[in-house]
Amino acid sequence: MPRPPSPSIPEKEFVYGALKQSLRLDGRAMLEMRTPTLSFGPELGWVECAMGKTRVLAQVDGKMVKPPPERPLEGIISIHSELSPMASNEYEPGRPTEEEVALTRMLDKVLRRSDAVDKESLCVLAGQRVWHIRLTIHVLSDAGNMVDCACLAGIVALKHFRRPEVEVEGDEITVHHPSERAPVPLSMHHTPFCFTFAFFPDAPPLVDPARLEETLSAGLLSVALNAQKELCVVQKAGGSPLPAEEVLAIMDIAVAKARELDRLVEARLQEDWKGRVVEVR
Amino acid sequence: MSSVLPGELVPAQHVNLKLGPGLLRQSSLNGQPLVISTRAGEVHHTTNRSRWWIEGNSRRYVPAPQESVVGVVVGRSGENWKVDIGSSHTATLDGLAFEGATKRNRPNLKVGSLLFARVSLAHKDMEPELECFDAQTRKAEGHGELKGGFLVQCSLKMCRMLLDPNHFLFPLLGSRFPLESAIGMNGRVWISAKDPRQVIAIARCIEAVDPDGGGMDEAAAKKFFSTLDV
Repeated sequence: MPRPPSPSIPEKEFVYGALKQSLRLDGRAMLEMRTPTLSFGPELGWVECAMGKTRVLAQVDGKMVKPPPERPLEGIISIHSELSPMASNEYEPGRPTEEEVALTRMLDKVLRRSDAVDKESLCVLAGQRVWHIRLTIHVLSDAGNMVDCACLAGIVALKHFRRPEVEVEGDEITVHHPSERAPVPLSMHHTPFCFTFAFFPDAPPLVDPARLEETLSAGLLSVALNAQKELCVVQKAGGSPLPAEEVLAIMDIAVAKARELDRLVEARLQEDWKGRVVEVR
Repeated sequence: MSSVLPGELVPAQHVNLKLGPGLLRQSSLNGQPLVISTRAGEVHHTTNRSRWWIEGNSRRYVPAPQESVVGVVVGRSGENWKVDIGSSHTATLDGLAFEGATKRNRPNLKVGSLLFARVSLAHKDMEPELECFDAQTRKAEGHGELKGGFLVQCSLKMCRMLLDPNHFLFPLLGSRFPLESAIGMNGRVWISAKDPRQVIAIARCIEAVDPDGGGMDEAAAKKFFSTLDV
């Protein structure tokens, strides 16, 4: 099947016309995000993040492997993202599309290269045994701004995950079953969040674009930062040029959003943790 | 009324049996025709049990003859237009299948134009064909290019609900402000109103009432509509 056509002329004209009056299709204000809903699964590290109709499932698991000889003291983190036709009829199975490549790269930058997880703490026995943390991201439905949703689901899954406690005596490694000793959370340096802004001619920038806004925008800018105002990633792949002042203004908005989101994530994680019965014998 | 999954036997027996969407007649070994379902949904039948059909919800449109659809022009090949109607193949529309169209005077469509058309041919081994007039009377009867307005996508069940004259949503909206609409059976609804705020309100109401989205009933939709500032 050929790729679905770009939005029709009436849709395009209406969206541009409405945005000029600062009206968005879902009734949001220009700088209003859809509130993410996080739901946790029965296992630790299983998180479903929904922003409106965009839904992403993230799952973390860990196993012990032998580290590569060039990095004997660091654990391994790998991110697998999958974009199937389940997400939207625009995606086909097989050859990775442009969106899939962009998503994979952004996830890699935000979750792995920003050093969110302390890799050295994942080392069990130098050169012998390290933890391999595997994060799998499934996009269940794409209704716009899949990248932010996937990054949020990924980082929350990493925060939610707990690995089994390990004891090392000499060269002997004992892995304690979660029922024997409480599993330990991953040691995190910080929690980066990703925000995507869309730009339109003659209209103020908007945050968290919906599907139609995303495809019709003149340019998209993704920034990833944490609540401590530390910027991790700025990504702008093509689109209309932006003046420096506008980028700086966007950073201020993103900082406020990151603080808000950080509070929400922490509250949800605590709520979930309280509801869980942890058996320690 | 019961729910079925694809492949289940449906107890449809009648001398003058007529099968609607989602049902397939198959012959069995003893020559007795069997009826099986090809979709998931609820089985419905008329009171005299002669007509049977399945009502379910889905998002992928499967063309059926004589249904009105909203499509987007994606290109042209020779005399014909290629139109995306949300089905697995693009549909073709004869450049002369419009009211009053002649070789010299044909509608000026562009790639990206919206159309309200009727499916004239839907066969499982062929591309669907569309027409923008009634082949007998050669009158448009509301079909043709849709100019201005906005296109809302919804589930297939929602657009069937909207086509029901007893459904509450459009009378409710129409009592507050004038609006125009063209409801396609392919899950696309074209709407037009004077103010963009009103168009957005309609789009949000459709989304809220859609069983695939908010799934609101009449009272909840009324309450939701009153919160929208139009």
